[in-house]
Amino acid sequence: MDYFKYLRMDKFPHIWCPGCGDGIVLKAILRSVEEMGWSKDAVAMVSGIGCSSRTPGYVDFNTLHTTHGRALAFATGLKMTRPKLNVIVVTGDGDATAIGGNHLIHAARRNINLTVLVYNNNIYGMTGGQASPTTFTGDFATTAPYGALENPFDIANLVVAAGASYVARSTVYHANFLGKLIMQAMQKQGFSLVEVMAPCPTAYGKINKKGTPSQMITDQKKLAVRVEKAKNMTAEELQGKIVIGKLVDREMPEFVNNYERVIAQAQRR
Amino acid sequence: MSENRTLMMQGNVAVAEGAIDAGCRFFAGYPITPSSEIAEHLSRRLPEMGGKFLQMEDEIGAMGAVIGGSLGGVKSLTATSGPGFSLKQENIGYASIAEVPVVIINVMRGGPSTGLPTLPSQGDVMQARWGTHGDHPIIVLTPAGVRETYDMTIRAFNMSEKYRVPVVILLDEIIGHVYEKVTLPPPHTIETIERKKPDEPLEKFRAYRADESMIPPMPAFGDGYRFHVTGLVHDETGFPTNNTQKIEEMLLRINGKLDHYRDEIVEVEEHIEEGSQIGLVTYGSSARSSRNAMRMAKEQGIPVSMLRLKTIWPFATEEILAFAKKHKYLIVPELNLGQVKHEVEHAAACHSEIFGVNKISGDPIPPTDIFNKIKELS
Repeated sequence: MDYFKYLRMDKFPHIWCPGCGDGIVLKAILRSVEEMGWSKDAVAMVSGIGCSSRTPGYVDFNTLHTTHGRALAFATGLKMTRPKLNVIVVTGDGDATAIGGNHLIHAARRNINLTVLVYNNNIYGMTGGQASPTTFTGDFATTAPYGALENPFDIANLVVAAGASYVARSTVYHANFLGKLIMQAMQKQGFSLVEVMAPCPTAYGKINKKGTPSQMITDQKKLAVRVEKAKNMTAEELQGKIVIGKLVDREMPEFVNNYERVIAQAQRR
Repeated sequence: MSENRTLMMQGNVAVAEGAIDAGCRFFAGYPITPSSEIAEHLSRRLPEMGGKFLQMEDEIGAMGAVIGGSLGGVKSLTATSGPGFSLKQENIGYASIAEVPVVIINVMRGGPSTGLPTLPSQGDVMQARWGTHGDHPIIVLTPAGVRETYDMTIRAFNMSEKYRVPVVILLDEIIGHVYEKVTLPPPHTIETIERKKPDEPLEKFRAYRADESMIPPMPAFGDGYRFHVTGLVHDETGFPTNNTQKIEEMLLRINGKLDHYRDEIVEVEEHIEEGSQIGLVTYGSSARSSRNAMRMAKEQGIPVSMLRLKTIWPFATEEILAFAKKHKYLIVPELNLGQVKHEVEHAAACHSEIFGVNKISGDPIPPTDIFNKIKELS
């Protein structure tokens, strides 16, 4: 397919480091938009702050680069006033689950029809490698020189518990599979989120001695377990693994549609 | 609302009805005393008008949601009080730099921190101007009654749309909760302003290119212009820039908008008493105490004039200077420790001696406090 028609070529080269997973996610998003048959005018991409949140600058959609953690809040307002726009939110682990954690769980609870991509690199990449809420316990970061003490969030399961319609996880190694999941998320009427494990060789790999960028990506293949297989595995067996696939896919009333009914009801009175 | 537009109305409800008559069709907010009646009223009224109401998970999210709503092309409002106003500041800065029209209501209560949730204050005057970081444009209005709150809410939307700046209305708990008899104008007589839309083709469109009006036209997301909006300093294309010349150009333009339109933004009400040596400079609920004090002074044969600030930011420096030149003494009554008094001192440029009458106990200013100061000076 022709990726270029979706890109603002004058904005390249991009800011992502060599070996970063973010470009693979971007391509998967664009393949899904193409398959959905959405016109560029009908798509809005909203982000917060961080490496992943620079994605909107490179795509020829209606693009909104908001404040740190607030992409979902801005996107919620936009979706309310422009329900016909297909709103894609791109965010990272720090943006979505630390400073923006409240908006994440509430947007899921509200079940508003947004497609959310969380690029999870387990670190604050843009600011130079500080520990994030998904840094694994014991791993190093510039603010965890003795190893991280805290437990990492399981983003996908957090959002399942918060009530989203659709939640899935993939890695950038599984690029085609990722595209398929994003496509399903876009088709879903309701809050849909795909967590993508996107390695950061610069800020995470180096300090944790994870090898070359290509090794970090191929390691994902070894660590990945399909959700169907994971169901029959014990917690010990799943330790350190990445469960990929569709975690939840359920039919539930969507918020903006519900609100249209409120309007009809209020206007009948 | 029924056809009969004469009714007893609360200040907070006047905000809500003013917003509806201004064409606002999206509200996002978070419950907080003493502003919650605005949200409550709009949760019922907006869907009746085909609009949408959203109770967000927090104040920060509510500010973000109204910016998103406005980018969707719909006039958008949020309302809060002190602690919530503090939380909204970062995104207010976003609206300033990205030039997204929004109206923010702050029904002031006593501070700092949780402060005095149910008692009035005028302690957020400086925060309304300088609460978010960096040099930025913002307009702030201070109504002194219920009907004026309604009118000012319409004016706030009109200015926000015209200049593409966030507009704050500082009510205080007294103005927010007082009930007064009002007669609202017939809706079809209300003048509303809509943001200017671009008419050039997509290829030629630059989202932040302004003509001599200094205000770039603004399409909505989905209108076919596919532009980029960011809180980073950007050039006329809307994309981030590190070019120091472009940075300066952009920041001077957004801040310069308010200088350029200053005369149509700044509104004061002046009441001159023949032979007055004493003038009151006042705003918001303190203006109500001031009016009473003026009356008491007049009964005792002491003429006192009044300059009431309806727009508090940008500051009415020229008007205050002219007023100061006519008076030996100026008294600035306010429900804080002198936030506007300091500005008045600066504006008066030593033409008159300035005194404050201040109250931070949660009580309104007793007119006798102002009157006693008048007697002391006369």
